[in-house]
Amino acid sequence: MIEVKDLRKAFGAVKAVDGVSFTARDGEITGLLGPNGAGKTTTLRMLYTLMKPDTGQVLVDGVDPADDPVAVRRRLGVLPDARGLYKRLTASENITYFGRLQGMSETEIARRREALIDALEMRDIATRRTEGFSQGQRVKTAIARALVHDPRNVLLDEPTNGLDVMATRAMRRFMHQLKAEGRCVLFSSHIMQEVAALCDRIVVIAHGTVVADDTPSALLEKTGETSLEEAFVKIIGTDEGLAA
Amino acid sequence: MNAFTAVYWKEVRENLRDRRTLINALITGPLLGPVLFIMLMNVMVNRELARADQPINVPVIGAELAPNFIRALKSAGIDAGATVTDPERAVHDMRADVVIRIAPDYVQAWNKGQSVQVEVIYDSSRRDANTTVARVRGVVENFARREGAMRLIARGLSPSTAWPVNVADRDQATSQSRSALMFSFLPYFFVLTVFMGGMYLAIDLTAGERERQSLEPLFVNPVARWKILAGKLAAICTFSVISLLLSVAAFSTAPWFIPTEKLGIVLDLGLRFGAQVVLLMLPLILLLAALQSLVSAFAKSYREAQTYLSILMIIPILPSALLSVIPLKPEPWMYAVPLLGQNLGIVQLLRGDGITGQELVLCLAGGFAAAALAVWATALMYRSERLAISA
Repeated sequence: MIEVKDLRKAFGAVKAVDGVSFTARDGEITGLLGPNGAGKTTTLRMLYTLMKPDTGQVLVDGVDPADDPVAVRRRLGVLPDARGLYKRLTASENITYFGRLQGMSETEIARRREALIDALEMRDIATRRTEGFSQGQRVKTAIARALVHDPRNVLLDEPTNGLDVMATRAMRRFMHQLKAEGRCVLFSSHIMQEVAALCDRIVVIAHGTVVADDTPSALLEKTGETSLEEAFVKIIGTDEGLAA
Repeated sequence: MNAFTAVYWKEVRENLRDRRTLINALITGPLLGPVLFIMLMNVMVNRELARADQPINVPVIGAELAPNFIRALKSAGIDAGATVTDPERAVHDMRADVVIRIAPDYVQAWNKGQSVQVEVIYDSSRRDANTTVARVRGVVENFARREGAMRLIARGLSPSTAWPVNVADRDQATSQSRSALMFSFLPYFFVLTVFMGGMYLAIDLTAGERERQSLEPLFVNPVARWKILAGKLAAICTFSVISLLLSVAAFSTAPWFIPTEKLGIVLDLGLRFGAQVVLLMLPLILLLAALQSLVSAFAKSYREAQTYLSILMIIPILPSALLSVIPLKPEPWMYAVPLLGQNLGIVQLLRGDGITGQELVLCLAGGFAAAALAVWATALMYRSERLAISA
C-alpha cells in the first residue's frame, strides 16, 4: 500500500507538485491521470526516492523513505520514465543484474527471471542483446527487471507510452495479472481511454494538485457526465495535454 | 553476490563487449606510446650516427684559395662541394646545412702570417643541421690550432705560451643518466596510458549511463549510491591497471629495438623498474578514475564528457612540461604532489639512482590523499538528485 500526504516539490520558482495526497491500495490498480507536465513523473520520482519532497510524507507499506530509503526501494518495483537498458547486455542479463542488486540468490533470480520472461511473452528476445530492441521489447525488458524481486508495490510511469495496439493490450493484461496477484499497482498516464479501461481508482492531477480522487463510477456521478472522457475534461477544465 | 561485486562484474563484462573501449584500453593507450617512441628513437639515432661517421659534402666558397684548408677538411671526411652563389639563401632554403666561405684575401694574409677569416654560415634554429655544423666547426678549430702551433714552433716558441689554460672535461654523467635525459618524457607516457585506459569506461559509466537513461532505473534499486560508485571505480581502475601493465611490458622491450650501445647509454626497463613504476602509479590510477568520473558526472552526454576529459588530459602533461623547461632540483615536498612526484620518481629510476623509502612513502601518501579527496567529491556528486535525472 502506498500513502501520499500533501506532497510538494518546487524547482526554483516552478511548483511542479503542489500538495498531492492519495492512497493506492493492495489488489487495486490506481491510475494517476493528468495532462503532460501536470507533475505525475515528479510525484512518482518522490515515491521511489529519487527525489526528496520539499514537504509532505510518503509511506510505502507504512515505511517512510525519509527514514529508510533502501527499505522502501526494496518494496517497490519501478518502471521509471527513463527506460534505459544496457544495450551490450542481453535481456536476460539485464534482468539478472537487477536481481543481484536486489541482493537475491542466483537460484531465486533464475526462477523469477524465467517466470517473468514467460509472463511477459518475451522468450524469443531473452537471449538477444537489447541494442536495436523495439519500443515494446524495451518496455517488456524494463518491466521484467523492475519486478525481478517480486515487489508488493508496482509503480509504472506511462507504461504504454510508445507501444502499438498489440503491445498495449498485452501490457494491460499484465497489469490485471499483477492486480490479481494482490499487488498494489500505481501507474501514470495521460491517456483517458487507458485509465478508464484499467483503473479501480483514478487520481486526477492538474497543475501539481489533485483535482479528483475516486472510482470511475463515482467520477461519472459527480460530474453528471455519461462518459469518463467528458468527465475528465470537465474536472481538469481543459482537454489540453490529454489524449483520448 | 553483493551490490559492489554485481556492479563491478556487470561493468567489466559490458565493456569487454565494447570494441571502442577495448581498443583504447588494450591497444591505443598502452601500445601507441612505446611503438611511436621506438620508431622515433630509431630514426633519430640512425640519422645522427650517419652524420657523425659518414663523409659529408659541404659547399665551400673560395676553395681554390686555400688548398691546405681543403685538405684538412677532406682528411676529416668533409668534402668541399660545389660553390653556391648565395650561401645565406641556400642555408635559409635548406638546400645546404652549412656553407663555408673563405675570405678573398686568404692567400695574402696567410703568407704574411696574419689571421684569416673563414665564415661558417648556418642556421642554429635548424636542429637537424646541428651535428653537421658542430662537426665542421670542430674541424675548422682544430685546423686553426694546429697551424697556430706550427707558426709558434717556427718562431722558436712553445705552443703552450699561446694557451695558458687548458680545459679538461670531466663529465660525471653515467651512461644510464644520459639515457634518463632522452627518456625524460617516459613518466608522461605512463600517466597518459592510465588516463586513456580508464577514460572511455569513466565516460560510459556516468555520462553514458545518464545519456542512455539507465541511471534512474539503476538508482531505484535498494543499494546505497556509494556502493554503486565503488563498483564502477573498481571497474575503471581494473582497465587502467591492465593498460599500464601492458604499457610497462611494451616499454621493457624498447632496449632490444633501440641501438643503445651505439649511443653509449644503458637502458634498464626490466622487471624491477616496471614493478616500481606500477607501485608509484597506483595512487594516480585511483585519482584519475575518480576525477574522470567526477567530470563525466557533470556532463549531460557522452560527447560532452569526452570534450571535458580531453581538457582534463592536459593536466598530466604539466609536470613533464614544467620539468623539461625548468629543471628543478627535487625537494622532498615535491614527491608528495601527485603527478609531479611520480614524474620525479620515474626519472630517478631511469637514472639508475633508485628511489628512497622516504620518497616512495611521500609519493604514495600524497597521491592516495588526493585520490581520497577526489573519491569523496565524486561520492558527493553521486548523491545529488540532479545526477539521475536524464532529461
